[in-house]
Amino acid sequence: MIPDLVTPIVLPAATAAVMLLIGRNNLALQRGLSLVSVLGLTGLWVALALQTLPRAEALGNWPAPFGIVLVADGLSVLMLGLVAGLAGIVLLHVLATGTDRLGASFHPLFQFQLMGLNGAFLTGDAFTLFVFFEVLLIASYGLVVHGGGAARLLAGVRYVVTNLVGSTLFLIGLGVVYAVTGTLNMADLAAKVAALPAGDAGLIRVAAVMLLLVFAVKAALVPLQVWLPATYAESPAPVAALFAVMTKVGAYAALRFGTLIFPPGTPATGTLYADLLLPAGLVTLGVGAVGMLGAQGINRTAAYAAITSTGTLFIALSGFTPLATSAGLYYLIHSTLAVAALFLIADLVTRAGGRSGAVAVLFFATAIGVAGMPPLSGFLGKLLILQARWDFAAVVWPVVLTTSLLTIVALARLGSDLFWKSATADRPATASLIAPVLILSALVALTIWAGPMTDTLTLLARDLHAPAPYLATVKALQ
Amino acid sequence: MEALVAMAIGLLTAAGVYLTLRPRSFDVILGLSFLSYAVNLFLFASGRLAPGKLPIIDPGASGYTDPLPQALVLTAIVISFGMTAVLVMMGLGAYLRTQSDSTDDKDAE
Repeated sequence: MIPDLVTPIVLPAATAAVMLLIGRNNLALQRGLSLVSVLGLTGLWVALALQTLPRAEALGNWPAPFGIVLVADGLSVLMLGLVAGLAGIVLLHVLATGTDRLGASFHPLFQFQLMGLNGAFLTGDAFTLFVFFEVLLIASYGLVVHGGGAARLLAGVRYVVTNLVGSTLFLIGLGVVYAVTGTLNMADLAAKVAALPAGDAGLIRVAAVMLLLVFAVKAALVPLQVWLPATYAESPAPVAALFAVMTKVGAYAALRFGTLIFPPGTPATGTLYADLLLPAGLVTLGVGAVGMLGAQGINRTAAYAAITSTGTLFIALSGFTPLATSAGLYYLIHSTLAVAALFLIADLVTRAGGRSGAVAVLFFATAIGVAGMPPLSGFLGKLLILQARWDFAAVVWPVVLTTSLLTIVALARLGSDLFWKSATADRPATASLIAPVLILSALVALTIWAGPMTDTLTLLARDLHAPAPYLATVKALQ
Repeated sequence: MEALVAMAIGLLTAAGVYLTLRPRSFDVILGLSFLSYAVNLFLFASGRLAPGKLPIIDPGASGYTDPLPQALVLTAIVISFGMTAVLVMMGLGAYLRTQSDSTDDKDAE
């Protein structure tokens, strides 16, 4: 069966609507529907991954540059898989620990969040990308303050304000893009921007930087990372674990725009994205590592770990070569899972038996993953990135290696702070350990099958940097 | 006409940026509203200013204005309206809980 490309967006949206209509006060029903929806998304992902890609679809059968198109290429399908997998694990954790009992409407918001994420990864239209950004943000506003409390609300207000300013910038950027090119369809934009006369280069460069700023806000890239630590540290920990994939939306969008619309060979924009992203990534990594050293408590440390992962990721992505992109994508999968695991453990630590040996072992394994130490996949990811950014080895190597050391020190200190205590009698509920163990198994699998994985990602990255099939697929819809 | 619209957008943006940088949530919400007005006008102008022209097909029309920016503005208005409502509710909640409408991050570190 060939699934319609719109189903990964409609399924969570419909699930959320049904929950709100018939299950407002029925938590058991909401949990069941949530599980069904996430299982369905996983099934859809498998079905999509088995198709020949890229595939495109015109919504409402409007011809391509005028109507909205959905496009599934290798990168979209990879991100859909990451969302479905992480959502499933986080949902298991939520069910096991009862985070959804803290306040109303957890599951509908969770589903709307998935809808926004899937939509952002599938859309082939720049304005629809804005709309799906808003969908996932609105859901995230609700999730951030889930459970309430003064600190959470204050952090939530700041988070909303930052992102509203970001959305405004996004609209201005899109306005400039439309004024210059007369289109917002990404494939059409790629052709129009490449053929832009020299006189319009200034405007399109402004638009490109504005869009990059928006993606930097989403990805928490320095200097636009200030909203992240408080927001992630104050949100309920399972929500923060799901948000580990949300910062990757910014990275995805920057990669998509930087390879499809503003590739390094474009006369109008040149290597603009690469020139801006490399220093930003390096500084982000430094800020994140220093933040981890200075952070109080596991939640805030995990939040800064998310910032270091963004920094490392952008160092790789700023290469804009197939080699660097495939290294970055490998690290993207790894870091999303590792940071999510750290947040889930932050949740366990606050519960009964949180200081027990079992949790300490999980923390130790996760810390190895987050810091990028052997034997877990973080080490391979960082190694691939160091290899791929050999062109700037003089800056990239010292920064990546020094920050890795700082990360290890910070996590070692946090670990001794949390667990170097006399043994306690209480044990954690076995069910609450399932989700972190699942994520760690995924990291182990990512390490063991690193060879086939990097082969797949290399093919995927090659397609990203030679987007002729993508463009042809969208053009065929005319 | 172009100068007038450009100045209006600039003025709204300036007011919006100033108010958004104020430390009180009420000012920030007003500032974000100004910013969204500015952005809506800007999007509208991105399809070129064509006064007195129709956006829809009509046999007697002498020329058309670009309908797409109007659709974009409509979407942007709906979204910014909803966002403002969410922000007002959250700001109100935070104010009632903490008796403070500060949007500074001074107590979080």
